[in-house]
Amino acid sequence: MTLMRRTFLGAMTALPLALTAPAQAQETIVLGEVNSYTRLPAFTEPYKKGWQLAVEEINAAGGVLGKQLEVVSRDDTGDPATAIRIAEELISKEGAVLIFGTFLSNIGLAVADFAQQKQVLFLASEPLSDAIVWSKGNKYTYRLRPSTHMQAAMLAEEAAKLDAVKWATVAPNYAYGQDAVKAFKSELTKLRPDVEFVEEQWPPVFKIDAGSTVRALEAAKPDAIYNVTFGGDLAKFVREGSLRYLFEDRAVVSLLSGEPEYLQPLGDETPDGWIVTGYPPEQIDTESHKAFSAAYEAKFGELPKTGSIVGYNSVLAIAAALEKAGSTETDALLAAMEGLQVSDSPTGPFMFRAADHQSTMGAYVGKTALVDGMPTMVDWTYADGADYLPSEEEAAKLRPAE
Amino acid sequence: MGFYLAQLLTGLANASSLFLIASGLSIIFGVTRIVNFAHGSFYMVGAYLAYSLVTWLDGGILGFWFSIVLAALLVGVIGLVVELIILRRIYHAPELFQLVATFGVVLIVQDATLAIWGAEDLLGPRAPGLDSAVRILGEPIPEYDLALIAIGPAVLLAIWLVFHRTRWGVLVRAATQDREMVGALGVNQAWLFSATFILGSFLAGLGGALQIPREAVSLQMDLSIIGEAFVVTVIGGMGSVSGAFIAAVLISVLNAFAILIFPQISIVLPFVVMAVVLIVRPYGIFGRPGSEHGGTEDPDQPLRLLSGKGAMMLAAAVMALALSPVFVADFTMILLVDVMVATLFAVSLHFMMGVGGMVSFGHAAYFGVGAYAAAMAVKLLGLGMIPAMLLAPFGAALAALFFGWFCVRLSGVYLAMLTLAAAQILWGVTFQWQDVTGGDDGILGVWPAAWASSDRVYFYIAFALCIGGIWALRRAAHSPFGYVLRGVRDSRIRAEAIGVDTRFHQWMGFTVAGAFAGLAGVVFAFSKGSVFPDALGIAQSIDGLIMVLLGGIHALAGPILGAAAFVLIEDWVTRLDYWRVIFGGIILVIVLLAPDGIAGGVNRLMRLLRRDAA
Repeated sequence: MTLMRRTFLGAMTALPLALTAPAQAQETIVLGEVNSYTRLPAFTEPYKKGWQLAVEEINAAGGVLGKQLEVVSRDDTGDPATAIRIAEELISKEGAVLIFGTFLSNIGLAVADFAQQKQVLFLASEPLSDAIVWSKGNKYTYRLRPSTHMQAAMLAEEAAKLDAVKWATVAPNYAYGQDAVKAFKSELTKLRPDVEFVEEQWPPVFKIDAGSTVRALEAAKPDAIYNVTFGGDLAKFVREGSLRYLFEDRAVVSLLSGEPEYLQPLGDETPDGWIVTGYPPEQIDTESHKAFSAAYEAKFGELPKTGSIVGYNSVLAIAAALEKAGSTETDALLAAMEGLQVSDSPTGPFMFRAADHQSTMGAYVGKTALVDGMPTMVDWTYADGADYLPSEEEAAKLRPAE
Repeated sequence: MGFYLAQLLTGLANASSLFLIASGLSIIFGVTRIVNFAHGSFYMVGAYLAYSLVTWLDGGILGFWFSIVLAALLVGVIGLVVELIILRRIYHAPELFQLVATFGVVLIVQDATLAIWGAEDLLGPRAPGLDSAVRILGEPIPEYDLALIAIGPAVLLAIWLVFHRTRWGVLVRAATQDREMVGALGVNQAWLFSATFILGSFLAGLGGALQIPREAVSLQMDLSIIGEAFVVTVIGGMGSVSGAFIAAVLISVLNAFAILIFPQISIVLPFVVMAVVLIVRPYGIFGRPGSEHGGTEDPDQPLRLLSGKGAMMLAAAVMALALSPVFVADFTMILLVDVMVATLFAVSLHFMMGVGGMVSFGHAAYFGVGAYAAAMAVKLLGLGMIPAMLLAPFGAALAALFFGWFCVRLSGVYLAMLTLAAAQILWGVTFQWQDVTGGDDGILGVWPAAWASSDRVYFYIAFALCIGGIWALRRAAHSPFGYVLRGVRDSRIRAEAIGVDTRFHQWMGFTVAGAFAGLAGVVFAFSKGSVFPDALGIAQSIDGLIMVLLGGIHALAGPILGAAAFVLIEDWVTRLDYWRVIFGGIILVIVLLAPDGIAGGVNRLMRLLRRDAA
């Protein structure tokens, strides 16, 4: 009996070896990609088009390390647990050398934690959460998009120039909204110790009761309002707010509202003169951006959006990392990502800071306006992300010890 | 003074919107006893149609209102189509089974809307003639809000007139009270049901269409409204239109004032109100006893012990699963762990619903508490994996013990909605209490101990816990305790007459089901390495419900088949574009082919084969 069991167990352990196929010669470099395509198509579709364009251009120019890039892209259905399963499959079944993507912060955090456990590089393209690179940062995770803190700091700088002293905030009630309000408060108070925050509203995300929220803000009689709501909530807030004269004689500073994804749906109700972070694709006339924008329009028949830029820059950064590493091994890639310079992108050069793994890609800060009946940004400048991050030493302290 | 009046009017305007959608839901449930998840989809389609019509006609005041009504009528037609080609075929399926079909419709509508109208939010024009605000006591009030405040009661009055002054309305009310009697008196039920569905869908479409001047039309509209619509319906009493109106006013006005004092409350307020109302009035404000259950059905067949052949087949299947790591790739093991977790979750829910006769819309609460208890045991108490795994199910059991005490006082849909309220309140606490639960950033780094970190070892841990859990629940169903539970389910009065403490047994059944859901949550937490509030969210509860119902509620094998089918099909289809249409389609096909669930369908097939062989 003992003998039988031994033989059986022996056979069991031997089997997997027999079944493992010999490693195939790789003609392509496989990149794993996961994002909330069905949950948030308004943001992830432009993003997908962005990375598709970049992959196409890089492959047409001969690929990376003499190989073609291939992206295996999957829908995480908006669920962190599903995202983990897909990430696992991308690594172990599809042979992806790294993972990029994700939009929602909790999914970004889940995949980042997975990347640490499985020791694989993860480039968090879109999530804004500060935790991804700071309080919950890890060796294997880098983040591309300018974070909540950075964008809030950009706005705080503009807000400090206003006369307003009494501020009210309205933000969706989850980590993103909370981070955005906290960062704005601390940055603005640094620049203007005299300001006072008189009211906070925390509507549930995508379920704002806009009328009541507007009334509550109005009741506090603030000089200015800091808004973090976005998407459908923003449209409701703008409409109810303008109907009830909330924005009359009040400055409004609004996070992300200049991004075409959020601004375009407002149509001719676009508020005038809100100070926002965003992206005015039709106005940026650097050579790199014009080339990108023209190629994008030719391929998809529409102007790029913020997501498009993020998707495009993600693949540019990955290609640069692969070139620098000269290999697809995770250790080499991690070494390459530290301080990686991306010398040319549609938004200008940026780099990944070695200390906190945040890229210095910036955002455009300006004012909302209707120009020829189209919502857009005016008086904008490009805010380089590097100027809105804590120093590398300070940032390193925000991260858990490794 | 003016300020509070303005806040009140804002609340009343919201109440009108909420009432329109909830009244349709209530009418449909009252007559057909269908819990219609697709009602939110009808609402969303109404808004999209109205957007298209209004912008296309661009015809001033008349054009605007014409478009609104036309959009609502079109949604009524869509409702009729759904009723005719899907629901009509499955009215005789077990209680709540129709819910699975409406879930399929939700998925299909989501993708169809995306394909037709695109991903971007659409902001419609303001209502012509009502596009500014008037000052009341110095406070600006949007004119359109005033119009809405008038429309709500006007619709209520219209429904009241239809119900009290027309023959059809009298029949609808009669059917709401006792649809068998109405059928016995010779009323054509099919016709009555279709007409009710048209009216209900029309009201949902009208509710959606009227939102155009207030909000951007978006793809999130369906799911963001459906929860509250159910809450309002239940608070008012299922089937009661005036109850729905009062409940809508209650929720909306409370919310308008509550956010002045405690802005974060919005997340859970409707569910807290519902919980309180149900505890005080078990049938809602205007509901009547008897309004809680679906249509009568044949009593369950008694559970049979497995035959020799069946036991051998089951043993072979378990053996095959145990040996699967030898044959399959690493990734497949991860998927199999997910399947086992889902199966244990579904089996625990089935223990509650199928064996205990208590429908739960919030079973994820205990799954999530188990997952969070494990994660917190690791992160806050510094426990190892094994102690955390042993401890966490007790956390879930405690939560179930607490909420179960309230829930078993109710029955049918009301019980189900109280479980939902419990789950949502727990979800809200988890979501909001950042210092302890990490809020929506969740708890990270809950990975198995080093010795168990390989996919293969963890597979066997999951195998031992999940298969063990499933076996234990199966054993419990056949134990004297299981017999009592089934007895209470089939006839509470008789069970009481022979001296059974029915509530106590149900309470304990609830707790056992919660504990095993917690066990599933524990295995889940360590397999994913992180826990987020999604683990106790509505979506997780609904998934479990669909697995149980799809598998077949009348068989112990049902949840196992349902969970395996659900996870594997979903894993496969999400690779495709427009997978929701495909997934929804598959669900509808299963629903139509096997109204008794997959297990029932398989059983019938086997009988058929056996008869042919004989």
